[in-house]
Formats: sequence, structure tokens, C-alpha cells
Amino acid sequence: MKVTIVDYNSGNISSVINSFKEVAKDKVNIEVTADLNKIKSSDKIVLPGQGSFKSCVDALNKINGLTEALHEFAINNKKPLFGICVGLQMFADIGYEETETKGLGWISGKVSKIDNQNGKYKLPHIGWNQINIVKQSKIFKNIENNSHMYFVHSYEFIPEDKNVISATTDYSSNIVCSVETENIFGTQFHPEKSDKLGLKIIDNFINI
Amino acid sequence: MLKNRIIPCLDVKNGRVVKGINFVDLKDAGDPVEQAQIYSDGGADEICFLDITASNENRDTIYDVVERTSKKCFVPLTVGGGVRSIDDINKLLNCGADKVSINTAAVENSKVVLDSSKKFGSQCIVVAIDAKKNGDKWEIFTHGGRNNSGLDALEYAKKMEDNGAGELLVTSMDRDGTQMGYDVDLMSKIASKVNIPLIASGGVGNLDHLVDGIKLGNASAVLAASIFHYGKHSVQEAKEYLDSKGIPVRI
Repeated sequence: MKVTIVDYNSGNISSVINSFKEVAKDKVNIEVTADLNKIKSSDKIVLPGQGSFKSCVDALNKINGLTEALHEFAINNKKPLFGICVGLQMFADIGYEETETKGLGWISGKVSKIDNQNGKYKLPHIGWNQINIVKQSKIFKNIENNSHMYFVHSYEFIPEDKNVISATTDYSSNIVCSVETENIFGTQFHPEKSDKLGLKIIDNFINI
Repeated sequence: MLKNRIIPCLDVKNGRVVKGINFVDLKDAGDPVEQAQIYSDGGADEICFLDITASNENRDTIYDVVERTSKKCFVPLTVGGGVRSIDDINKLLNCGADKVSINTAAVENSKVVLDSSKKFGSQCIVVAIDAKKNGDKWEIFTHGGRNNSGLDALEYAKKMEDNGAGELLVTSMDRDGTQMGYDVDLMSKIASKVNIPLIASGGVGNLDHLVDGIKLGNASAVLAASIFHYGKHSVQEAKEYLDSKGIPVRI
């Protein structure tokens, strides 16, 4: 099996690479590339994302044919794709970080700034928070409800269809921290930085 | 609920762990990769490496340490000390650091913070503030505490937030290495001035000091070195103690 981590200059992805390699050991081939043919021939795709919504979308669009290749992979061929942090946010139709920016439009919704309730809540939302699992998910196999995961973000994904939400976390309000459709998975938190439980989520994705 | 973080800090020199008393009188105490792994296995919420003499010496050793650590530790890793430029930040992130803390360079040229937070995202830019009390205010020191910039710490903290810092790592120079506890007055004043998380640092001698840093200093995270490093307390003990005092921690 081949799992490809999309390297589209979205900032620091070494932690994502290290964690997937740690979990995969020698059983699974982890590729790190933006090569369209390699993406097409992958079994699974990981879409990381750091920095702003706009910078990530811009970086994706800079690579000719990349968004089309990802669309074909995840939407037409319905193969498993995992978005992490801004990687998840980009599933949305639109994001409001820096300026209004069009997302991939795979899961209807928007990405807006977390309401800090007039400074009551510090932003970014940095640190370990508990996840409230609201629907059964393949990536949460053997993950207990209320497990701690590591977050770093100031913006939240608000999907139109609440049925896609697989987990939320409590910070200012119930923030969507995980979504799942048939073959598209995403976490707002960083499984690659969430210690053993995070590695378990990565393992679950690899084993889907 | 978001938990308060406990961050053990390892001072690193030439690829080896040391902890100084007021930045001098260094003792060698082990391999940073091994230490980081012990902390991470023990429940550390993050690991911090401070390359203490990096401003003056060959820095290549820290890249190797970060690279090896990031392959073993799957909790966030912050690296600071001698970070001068966008290029330094880029190199550390590529080696596997999750956040980079900028100290002297941010004071000398605040554009570094602005540019790096734009390029890499605020989430990985920590501004380290070394402050020392002078009368009824605190002043910013640079170069590992050797030079007084004369800048007011509170105003500077606000400016760094405006420039895109994701967090502030605030060290009291008066307390660092003394084991007398954080300067909670300084911490709480800065915490109320900014809307980004504050990490308290400098002076922890016992577990009550960690409690004070959060309860009195309003810090989101508490950083300590020697109480963990010399085996006085484990990270787990610290967390259980904080929990017993009603502070939300990840256990």
C-alpha cells in the first residue's frame, strides 16, 4: 500500500512525515510528493496544512493540476483522504482568514475565526483539549471519548451539514474538530503531535 | 476544556543538556534526545529546547538534536536560542521543530516576527521575552540576559502580539535559576495585556510555584527546567499536584 503526504509547500510538514513513518514502519510505503502521477496511483492521501487558509489554498493552486488531481482522487474515485488542520479547513467552500478565499468545496461550509468572547478566550487555541466523539468514525477506532488531542488554530470549520461532524471540542463554543464523509476524513487537531493516541488515529487511517 | 500545559525545558549546549544557575556555572547532564523522550513518555505536554550559547557558537549541533528528537517524540517541540533569521526558523522547522522561539532578533528587528509569522503561520512563532524589574516596571534584556534594551516589557509584549506572535514565553531574569518561583506579578500583567497564550518561565523551585504561575500569573502554560531535570519531581507528579489544586491538566 502507498500513502502519499501531499507536499505543496504548505509550511512545516516534517512532524506529519515523521509520525506517519513511525506508524507505517516497513509495512506501508509513505511518499512525500506533489507529483500528480504519484498522487493518482496512491491508495491514500494525507493533506496537511499550516499557516493561513489563504496561504494554503494559494500554495495548492500554484502547483498546476494539483487541486484537479486531488478532486479526482477524493470526489470522483472516492479514495481515502485525510486532511489535517488547514488541510481539513480547505474542504470548505470558503475561508475568511486574511481575506475571503475559495476553498476546495468538498464539504459545504465556511471557515471563520473562533469567537474569543471579547478576549475571554486566548487565541490561538493552543494546547491539549478533549474531543467529544459524536459519531462512530473509522479513524476513532479504539479512541475513547474525551481523549486529549493537541490543537493549534484560531479558525474553525463550520460545515452546513452537521451529519459530517464526527467530533467537537469545547473552546468558547463547541468547535468542530473532526469531520468524516464516506471517504474523506479530517481533524482540526494534530494527530501527529497528539502522542500515542494521535499515532493511533494515524494507524487507524492507514488501516482503513 | 483546554488544559494548562506543563513544559519541561532542556538547555542544550553543543548537543548536550546543561542547566545553568543564572546562565552561568553549567553542568553537563545528558543526552537531549533521551531526556526529551523520557519527558514525553512521562506526560510532558510539550518539550522545549533552548540552545543557550547559540548566539556565539556553532549552531549545527542543535539541528541534529532537533532532527533526532522529532523522530522519537510525538508531542510539540519548541526550539529557541540564537534564532536570528527567517532562514534559521526555516531550518529548525524543516528539522522537525513545531515552534521556534525568537528572542534577541525580535528585539533588534521586530520585522522578523512579522515576516516569519506571515510565512510560517503564527502557530509556530513564539516570542521569548527576558524581563528584569527596574523600579515599578520591567525591561527587556537580550543576548541571554546580558544586554538591557531599555524597552518596557508590557508594551513590547503587546507589540509582539500585533506583529503576529502566536505565544509569548516570558522569563523573569530576576528569578531565573533562583528556585524562588515565577515573578507572577510580571506574568499576570503581561497576560492581561495580550490575547495570546503566555508561557511562564524562570524560577521554579517546587510544585507550588507551578500552581502560582497558573493561578496568580494567569499563564496558559508553565515551563520549568531544573525541578524536572535533576529528578526532584517527575512531570507526572507535577500534573497530579496541579490536578489536586483544581487546575485542569491532561492526565
